[in-house]
Amino acid sequence: MARASVRVFHKLEGLFSIYKPPGVHWKLVRDTIETNLLKGINAAPPPAPRQRVQFLAEPTSVVAEGSNELTLSAASVPALAHHPLVSGPEFLHIGVGVGHRLDVFSSGVLVLGVGQSNKALTDLYRSHVTRDYTLEGELGMATDNFSHTGRLIERTTYDHITRDKLERVLAMMQGSNQKALLTYSKVDMSTQGAYELAVKGELRPDGKSPPIMTGLRLLHFQPPHFTLEVQCLNETQRYLCRILHEVGLELRSTAVCKGVRRTRDGPFTIQHALTHQHWTSTDVIQAIRQYRSSRKASKAKHTQPGKDTGTASQRQEMAEEAAVTGDSHRLHSVLTSKAFGS
Amino acid sequence: MYRPPSHVTMSCVFITDIYMALTCIQHCQRCTSLLRSRSVGITTLQYSTDAQHWPAALWNSFIVRVLPSVLQRSPNPSQTRQRWNLGVRSYCESHAKVQPSQTKHGNTDELPETDMVSYQNPVSHQLIDGGMLLKEWQTAFDLDDAPGHSALEEISHEEAVHMNIPAALPPVSISLKDYVNESETLGKLIQLGVQLWKLEQRPNVGSMLLRLDFQTDVTPRLVFLKQLGVDDSRLGYLISHNPFILTESLENLQARVAYLRSKKFSAESVASMVSRAPYLLNFSVKRMDNRLGFYQQQLGLSAQKTRDVVARLPRLLCGSLETVKENLKICKLEMGFRENELQHIVTVIPKVLTANKRKLTQIFDYIHNTMNIPHDLIVKFPQVLNAKYLRIKERHLFLQYLDKAQYDPAKPNYICLDKLVSLPDEAFCTEVASATLKDFELFQKTM
Repeated sequence: MARASVRVFHKLEGLFSIYKPPGVHWKLVRDTIETNLLKGINAAPPPAPRQRVQFLAEPTSVVAEGSNELTLSAASVPALAHHPLVSGPEFLHIGVGVGHRLDVFSSGVLVLGVGQSNKALTDLYRSHVTRDYTLEGELGMATDNFSHTGRLIERTTYDHITRDKLERVLAMMQGSNQKALLTYSKVDMSTQGAYELAVKGELRPDGKSPPIMTGLRLLHFQPPHFTLEVQCLNETQRYLCRILHEVGLELRSTAVCKGVRRTRDGPFTIQHALTHQHWTSTDVIQAIRQYRSSRKASKAKHTQPGKDTGTASQRQEMAEEAAVTGDSHRLHSVLTSKAFGS
Repeated sequence: MYRPPSHVTMSCVFITDIYMALTCIQHCQRCTSLLRSRSVGITTLQYSTDAQHWPAALWNSFIVRVLPSVLQRSPNPSQTRQRWNLGVRSYCESHAKVQPSQTKHGNTDELPETDMVSYQNPVSHQLIDGGMLLKEWQTAFDLDDAPGHSALEEISHEEAVHMNIPAALPPVSISLKDYVNESETLGKLIQLGVQLWKLEQRPNVGSMLLRLDFQTDVTPRLVFLKQLGVDDSRLGYLISHNPFILTESLENLQARVAYLRSKKFSAESVASMVSRAPYLLNFSVKRMDNRLGFYQQQLGLSAQKTRDVVARLPRLLCGSLETVKENLKICKLEMGFRENELQHIVTVIPKVLTANKRKLTQIFDYIHNTMNIPHDLIVKFPQVLNAKYLRIKERHLFLQYLDKAQYDPAKPNYICLDKLVSLPDEAFCTEVASATLKDFELFQKTM
């Protein structure tokens, strides 16, 4: 018969996403969430107080009357050794793991896992899921760390830049990234299977690879400010800031990054990410349930009979990037498996 | 033939106690290794993984504890309890004595024979009642004497019933759990609501609490605090945070309270200060006087206002003055507040004096440079300096997005800074921003 706190802990074992605000280290966020979850777990009602039996002798006046009977009364006294003030809270630490990390400057979706689901988190981390970012840039400046908080190195003009030129540069970058993707995915380009995968956009690198952008798009352009949307793999946020800097260089000007915001991490979108007011155990339990039900629904949709199980089975594991739930079939099964107890 | 009555199992415990005593004598004489201590720790010091390898110093005290119950046939409960207390105290005392010598001698396996001599210290004299010192008991206990009563001797049922077997308490433990069932002090402290699990993690506090006698040590101080006006429900909090109030002498406590009253603090304010700053009465009169003088001088406030500030934030009298000096310097030099402005801020929000420097400068920088709020408006609403940076930033950016970020009282559609920081999210969204909470959350995700 599990204690109430243990039951709450089992409900909390799952994957969920939060929105990390800019300017805080991810470790601080993880610690805050662990503290809040512990509060919720330890707030569960403690088990009933245990009693122990103590034998008390009857007063001597009764015994001295000459009766040879042993008169002992049994009293049930509370066993203080198990009192919550003596033994302390039931949980002092829970394992909260972080998926793909975000540095201090950036903000966005951060995937966390609790307890047993950290195993699913490791699989998510290692699998080739892509992530969506929104990058805000400003033309005309160059700094030492590629972001607007760094030390200014250079100022340039940007009047000559038009939307058309910018899009041309982005197309060129996307092309080179696509070539890199083909190289690292180690497919034979002359096969039909490889062509079909490439057409569907399901090519992924095989094993380790440098950061690759699978998609690049200009959202908004108002000189000197512009916004890009990027879909990438194996990236770091600093790499993305460098991309912006290189875009500026290609345009014969300079650019800095004013904001990096992750809008999607694998199957976790910004829509369901929890803001800092909702970093409590009740909201996290709800988020985990919601995620699990959405996984089940999409798994039921994706398992269709008659899929070819040829050499491209690994490629099949990758779902379409256009759909929100862009991740592997293997990941489907991992995430809905016993690892996080659904 | 000795047949134990069916519902009395204490005899078994009695037998095991004797056995334990005899084996202990044998083993401890062979034992030479002293356990290393970790002062981060927890009650009565070390955790012996092997119960046999007790340090020789403990041996004596343990035998002392078992000895009375061995020799005595029918003690009454109060005597046994006294002896138990005595045993534990001299036990803990001897062990406490062992500790410093261990650290002093480093890794030597020198048996602390020298420490036996140092029992004659004033503390142990104070604590051991009845005047019997450990050394006397050592001489009284002669190893060559056969014990007076054999374990297989037949006794009558009445004698067996009236025999009080003391509980088999472990000599060392990492937790107070093992002693809490038997100790009156600990039981009463739990009833008050003291968090023993936190206190036992602090070095030596657990042993100290075990050594206290409830009637002579704890009760007078609790009565004193009650007479002061501290609420019953706060006593647990007080002792959980400052257990040393139970070892502070009553004369000192009374002197400090008399000093505060002489400085014209009302009785209620003294009671509230003591219950909110648990360490207050452990500081000397001189130190408190020093601090009061410092605040009055530095802030340039009148006596009444200084009293108000200190009554609102009593930990100003407890902590170090260096942080307060630095905060004052920051306010004057970095932020550029004038003397009278600073006085006003401190009287409204005394917490500014003990706030984190980095966070204070970060908030001020954002408010003054990004939100463009002038000094006089900040002085009018000092609560903004106490708020969270993320909160101010999010709300300001939201209002800016809605084109409502107007903080100048002279112009229309003015947003009060007080409302900006102190309202909860729901009220802020509906009253100030005229938007829904959902919109605010969506906006938060675009930052």
